[in-house]
Amino acid sequence: MPLLEIKDMTVGYGRIEALHGISLSVESGELVTLIGANGAGKTTTMRAISGVRPLTRGSIMFDGQDITRMKAHLRVLAGIVQAPEGRGVFPGMTVQENLDMGHYARKFANKAEYQATLDHVFELFPRLKERRAQMGGTMSGGEQQMVAIGRALMARPRLLLLDEPSMGLAPMIIQQIFRIVSEINATGTTILLVEQNAQQALSRSDRAYILETGEVVKSGPGPELLADPAIKEAYLGVA
Amino acid sequence: MSTPVKQTSATPLGRPHAGVGDRFRLWWNAQSRPAQWAFGVPFILFIALVPILNIPVLTTVGTNFGAVMAQFGMIALIAIGLNVVVGQAGLLDLGYVGFYAVGAYTVALLTSPDSPWNQTGEGNWLSQDWAWLAVLPVAVCITAISGLLLGSPTLRLRGDYLAIVTLGFGEIVRLLADNLGEITGGGRGLSQVAYPQLGQTEANPGGLFSAGNVAGRINSGVWWFWLSLVLIMVVLLFVGNLERSRVGRAWVAIREDEDAAEIMGVPTFKFKLWAFTIGAAIGGLSGALYAGQVQFVTPTNFNVINSVLFLCAVVLGGQGNKLGVILGAFIIVYLPNFFLGRTDLFGIPINGNEIANYRYLFFGLALMVLMIFRPQGLLPARQKLLTYGRQLYVAARRTAKRQHGDAGTGDQHGTTGAEEVSR
Repeated sequence: MPLLEIKDMTVGYGRIEALHGISLSVESGELVTLIGANGAGKTTTMRAISGVRPLTRGSIMFDGQDITRMKAHLRVLAGIVQAPEGRGVFPGMTVQENLDMGHYARKFANKAEYQATLDHVFELFPRLKERRAQMGGTMSGGEQQMVAIGRALMARPRLLLLDEPSMGLAPMIIQQIFRIVSEINATGTTILLVEQNAQQALSRSDRAYILETGEVVKSGPGPELLADPAIKEAYLGVA
Repeated sequence: MSTPVKQTSATPLGRPHAGVGDRFRLWWNAQSRPAQWAFGVPFILFIALVPILNIPVLTTVGTNFGAVMAQFGMIALIAIGLNVVVGQAGLLDLGYVGFYAVGAYTVALLTSPDSPWNQTGEGNWLSQDWAWLAVLPVAVCITAISGLLLGSPTLRLRGDYLAIVTLGFGEIVRLLADNLGEITGGGRGLSQVAYPQLGQTEANPGGLFSAGNVAGRINSGVWWFWLSLVLIMVVLLFVGNLERSRVGRAWVAIREDEDAAEIMGVPTFKFKLWAFTIGAAIGGLSGALYAGQVQFVTPTNFNVINSVLFLCAVVLGGQGNKLGVILGAFIIVYLPNFFLGRTDLFGIPINGNEIANYRYLFFGLALMVLMIFRPQGLLPARQKLLTYGRQLYVAARRTAKRQHGDAGTGDQHGTTGAEEVSR
């Protein structure tokens, strides 16, 4: 049974339909990528899974449970945690406070568990440890992305949703972020990644879905899609 | 590696360019609890005695100083309530005067002989002596419910839309009061509203809180001021505890970024509704005080311009800072009254009445100047110290001690967070 299974999901903004019935699934422990150009519906998909955007048709199953109508904060409790697009760091809170907001809903049983999770986050992002007292809003783009991912990890997600972690970052930082994403996945966290950076994302993911104007047009193992000539042309800029 | 960690984590506390407010906050947090009481109690006593001491520089010429202070007390309560909504949760409420009106009218409707719902007469359930006090919690509850009723449909809106809807609410309440003549007395209003019956003497048949008690230094205004001071402290304790709780952290998160808060698992709608309801209840409390003090309510007292004035107090003083908004309330109430009836200032002849009449112009200008030079308000809130306040300081001091003893790694913020978790 897949951890996340989306069937025929349709989402609209008013009269405009952004997703025309997409279906996808994520197995436990997988790193799955959703690739698509601007306006393909990637972020809408994420928002629908997080519960911020209602579905007009279709269903979302998480761990065998129908969560189609579940409220957003309850989904966090269930273990679906998102690091939002454009980072969504609380600008007036320090890095530490941002991280502490991560476990707002999913409280820790004891201090030791909290400390262990925090140490794990700081191990992944040593930068955050250095900057823990700095205001979120004054961090660089890459650092804010780290805060967003770190904050999501503080919730100990069963399914981590990463919405364009490479957006607006320098190539060096992108490399670093993707390396960490792989690392998080390797320690057992299931990840659904949304990306425009096809090269990096595909080479690192188990499976991938190609999204075009609200529809899944292709899916398969990441490296296989990376070799697909049509995808090469459309997303990697090589003929 | 460990050295830069120490340095960066020490900066927010020992930041060299910290403002006066932050330095004061640090100093205050550094004091032990008894020391805080030792400084705080005399200060509060001094504030309480200000209308009696009648300091020549402070006193007002055109109006009774006690009455001005009483008004200040009520507006301060309002500012604290509005600060919960605007400063803490970041919801722009332009119809706050509506809650003030609901509170005042609840008291008036239940206790004024002009009202068809008067409960103070012969054979009714409110005793003459305790009517005001008995109605006070009723007023607070009804206002809270009105906040809940207004909030549940409107808090799905954000930003400017919310501001417009609340603006409408303020006007609706006033227009209802004006047009439901059968019940509210319309433009004539409701008179002889109940007030606390205390200390009746022959010279002063209405008692200490009666509007007729105007003679001497300790007149009704001073008594109302003292009453509102007590209520302000109670409300401050309540609101302060809320701010430091999970509720307060949810509010800050919502104010900072509502989407991110939702995604972090904060039930944003629920907490916005909480902020709205609590804010409304405090506004209603102030309205009940007002109705009792003036013993008379009419719709004109609840014009929308008052909403703007309340908001002005909050923004001027510093959104999110409880002491700041009290200062803002003081400025808003005191300055116009200071000029009222004054004919010279430091030897320069002025027409104080004119200046007082143009108070909206001056407050508008003051706000514009403030937005340019000090957008965070006169006494701004330091969000970080607001949420963590004392723990942060205690943790830092512990680290400092440890560093004195030996060169520890200085993991103070980790402990801060852990303490937060364990609460």
